[in-house]
Amino acid sequence: MIWFALQKLLGLVATLLVAAAITFIALDLLPGDTARFILGINATPESVEALREQLGLNAPALERFFTWLRGMFVGDFGMSYTQREPVAGLIAGRLGVTLPLTFFAMILSAGIGLPIGILAARKRGSAVDTGLMTLSQLGVAVPNFWFGMLLVLLFAVTLRWLPPGGFVPWGDNVFGALGSLILPSFALALPQAAILARVMRTALVDVQSSDYIRTARAKGLTMSEAVWRHGVRNAMLPVLTILGLQFAYLVAGTVIVENVFYLPGLGRLIFDAISARDLILVRSSVMILIVAVIGTMFLTELAYGWVDPRLRARRDE
Amino acid sequence: MTSPFDSIKSWFKHPSLRIGAIASLVFLLIGFVSVLWTPYPIETVSISNAMQDPSLAHWLGTDHLGRDMVSLVMKGTLTSFVVATIAVAIGAVIGIPLGLAAASWGGAGEWAILRVNDFLFAFPALIIAILITTLFGPSAINAMIAVGIFNIPVFARVARGGALSLKTLDYVAAARLSGMGPIEIARRHILPNIASLIIVQATIQLALGILAEASLSYVGLGTQPPATSLGLMLKDAQTYALLKPSLALIPGITIILIVIALNLAGDGLRDQLDPKLRRLGGARGVA
Amino acid sequence: MALKTAVAAFALALSLAGVAAAAARTDLKLGLALEPTGLDPTIDAAASIDDVVYQNIYEGLTRIDQNGAVQPALATSWDVTDDGLTYTFHLAEGVTFHDSTSFDAEDVIFTYGRITAADSINPQKAFFAGIDSVTAPDAKTVVIKLKAADGLFLFNVGRGAAVIVAPESEPTNVTNPVGTGPFKFVRWQKGATLSVEQFAGYWGTKPALTSVTYTFIKDAAARVNALRTGAIDGINNTDASTLPIFTNDPNFKVLVGTTEGETLLVQNNAREPFSNLKVRQAIAHAIDRKEIIAGASSGYGTPIGSHFPPHNPDYIDLTGTYPYDLDAAKKLLAEAGYPDGFTATLKLPPVPYALLGGQIIASQLAKVGIKLNLVNLTDFAQWIGEVYTNHDFDLTIVSHIEPNDIGIYANPNYYFGYNDPDFQAILKTLNETTDPAARKELLIAAQKRLAEQAVNGYLYELPQIGVWNAKLEGMWQNQPIGGVVLTGIHWME
Repeated sequence: MIWFALQKLLGLVATLLVAAAITFIALDLLPGDTARFILGINATPESVEALREQLGLNAPALERFFTWLRGMFVGDFGMSYTQREPVAGLIAGRLGVTLPLTFFAMILSAGIGLPIGILAARKRGSAVDTGLMTLSQLGVAVPNFWFGMLLVLLFAVTLRWLPPGGFVPWGDNVFGALGSLILPSFALALPQAAILARVMRTALVDVQSSDYIRTARAKGLTMSEAVWRHGVRNAMLPVLTILGLQFAYLVAGTVIVENVFYLPGLGRLIFDAISARDLILVRSSVMILIVAVIGTMFLTELAYGWVDPRLRARRDE
Repeated sequence: MTSPFDSIKSWFKHPSLRIGAIASLVFLLIGFVSVLWTPYPIETVSISNAMQDPSLAHWLGTDHLGRDMVSLVMKGTLTSFVVATIAVAIGAVIGIPLGLAAASWGGAGEWAILRVNDFLFAFPALIIAILITTLFGPSAINAMIAVGIFNIPVFARVARGGALSLKTLDYVAAARLSGMGPIEIARRHILPNIASLIIVQATIQLALGILAEASLSYVGLGTQPPATSLGLMLKDAQTYALLKPSLALIPGITIILIVIALNLAGDGLRDQLDPKLRRLGGARGVA
Repeated sequence: MALKTAVAAFALALSLAGVAAAAARTDLKLGLALEPTGLDPTIDAAASIDDVVYQNIYEGLTRIDQNGAVQPALATSWDVTDDGLTYTFHLAEGVTFHDSTSFDAEDVIFTYGRITAADSINPQKAFFAGIDSVTAPDAKTVVIKLKAADGLFLFNVGRGAAVIVAPESEPTNVTNPVGTGPFKFVRWQKGATLSVEQFAGYWGTKPALTSVTYTFIKDAAARVNALRTGAIDGINNTDASTLPIFTNDPNFKVLVGTTEGETLLVQNNAREPFSNLKVRQAIAHAIDRKEIIAGASSGYGTPIGSHFPPHNPDYIDLTGTYPYDLDAAKKLLAEAGYPDGFTATLKLPPVPYALLGGQIIASQLAKVGIKLNLVNLTDFAQWIGEVYTNHDFDLTIVSHIEPNDIGIYANPNYYFGYNDPDFQAILKTLNETTDPAARKELLIAAQKRLAEQAVNGYLYELPQIGVWNAKLEGMWQNQPIGGVVLTGIHWME
């Protein structure tokens, strides 16, 4: 087990180093002069040059890359070019919105999707099954920014039950903060719930016809008991895979929902930073996202290896 | 081995597949027709005709620039399909060989490919799109590349999974022993048998591609005017949503119908190929 | 007995609460489309900074009022020598900064020293290049000597990047702004909101509002929803396309005013075929301003015939110089050597007036055989790089929002490459003239020259479209300079 984990860790570090290099190069290629953008079109060329010096933009690429890497190891992600504040603080602030939003969305999607999938599987072939699966088809097909807009129009503008957007800081009012995240979480959760429902159903249906279920029934358990006691646990493996992928998608893919609900999330930070050519903010934020996602995948694989010893022997999936 | 194409006739007995495939083809046809003809050209702007209700002259009304909605939907469907299809092609053409290579090489080569895969999965798709468009300018083509890049690890994963399961089969081992090179083996034995897996995944990625194009257009990075796509129509309509909901409903419902059609077709295909998929371990690994 | 007293007390409390509620509100929830990157306008040109801080948190020696005129601010009066070279500013008394340090001439010297320093990164440094020296004979007086007379000097002194800052607080102004203005900074939730409150020690007339919270909402549709639910009380400048929702709603008032933004179809005069006057005249004849305003701005915006804002007293209407006439356009194109028209690219920054305007203009010019390829740029940084710095463009659409910027046409190296000695002569004289009547003559001559030469396609003046709660008064209808001034805003009751 230890050897397995160490192997994986080595792979993780290698991936991250390559990721950092590619990220740095890709962003450095972006055309556009940060200093000129900050100072505007009226600024004198001398001012622009003075700012470039101040921000350290004239240093050679290799030097900037290693300074950045070294800084990241001690938690210093540099100073934002446009906001003149430590990048680490800016990102931390946004994580206070993006992380809770991601978790709520995942809890919602699992809480809605999994029961629906289980129900559909148990009533396989019936009208209930068809109905639920049709709904899930709809859920996957609706663009989430459109759904978000519709939620706002219904629950905020018409019913006035919830705010149309914005974020009340956790420190100000915990309930206000939670309230700000309800509609966005639903907007994000819907297509994910639909996917989870279908995956759960497929996995359970597979499981229902498997050997160990037949054995359980032969021993006298009803289908429901057999499925519940043995089946669901085994069906969870593919579901876990999907949940892991969902986390990756949600953490990085919230820009659009953040726009619709004007939330101060990580996605918008990156988007705005790219427009402002604040390269140091962009590359550090992107690295944090990559670390989060690869880290999650790493942990998932570890969990797999722990759960199913056979997988440790086989090559990684 | 029975070729997948022998089974096509039996496929159409499946209701999901039938509905999904026919609906998808209808939309595809609408898109193709727009290459040759639309009721009105979409480049002509005519402010005096803006936001008209459906009439005999304009069956679905006009948009905020006075352009005919029917023509916009036709051209928009075409653009959305083209973007999604090319993105799938990019993903498949690069991803499948990568996945097959990983399965056949093993060792360090496979390890490297898997790391690249992980990186492509982890790098936020939207950020890739933003970077590409910032480097090369926003356009439908750059949207195709961005979505295509995200498709590569998906197809690589599917191809590798399928190839791994086949590797242990007798006839593959026999082919290796007889001295057949890996490319020959891939072409003759592996590809035909994972074709069904790939096709199913392709329909799913097509549907996702259409949604991705809509998202990219919403933030202004996808298709650019005067061209149009369903996503761009939806974006333009958002600000007018309270004044004229139909501007948003029409492209929105079209997107929903196309995506459902493609997903139904994909589901149906998967159900039909179920026994094969089981053997290839596909039901578990494919999202 | 106790119950009765309790009920009576409760009723009294309720009625008092009722009375308190009936008094006018003094807080304001303002929406802004763009969030500033920092709060120091002397090191960053972003207009979003001025929207928050100009005349609210910081003040300059002079200020620009809602009609674009120069008014006293931290300098309550001034004397100018006849040769226009020496300005003596008399400073206000009893002024303190928000951190309780006092304001005097030293702060003015510090501020202008920063602006004019060799390594200064002030975005508007160029406006103060003519300053020869800044001295303080005493704590209440500042003398500024210029190298040459400058008719716009007092205006420039009132600009956003010339606000007075203190050496004690300057290093942290970007996140904790300290100025002399009527509002002091409270806190900034990056990405979400920013709050300011009335400064108790303000030296001038206290504003009616006691606290203001800015909410940053980039998405146009989200702004509409925020207004309708009351999450924000108003927004000073929003999309014209959403107005019909508010114009008939008695809960809202729509304020349409003008700005200093001349929206232009910019032509690269240094490139064929736009270097040819006849081609430029042809394009002028082919442009239908009314249709552009209707489609790109929902009908809001005044057509312009030259590079000058219609609200300015020195403006003359030159929209008739090249009236809409497709035949005249085709004739001119043929005379210029393009009987079948030509092809060109139109680069568009990602703003609604450009994206929509571009489509409309492409459609209009196609009627005379000019085929335009629309190139949408990803963001303004790209526009600044390609179009502004590298001059790599044929046509572009942009709005020049700087006040008093007709002088850009006198710079042959400016991005659209217009090199006209006649015009440069007019501007040289104008810059040295301070007499208003003489300036007016020269400005009229300048406008006429630019109109006749059809340097750019002069489309319309960008409107300021504000949507406000109907009970609010005192907002500036026009925007003569960047900023959203809070001092006059109050609730009616």
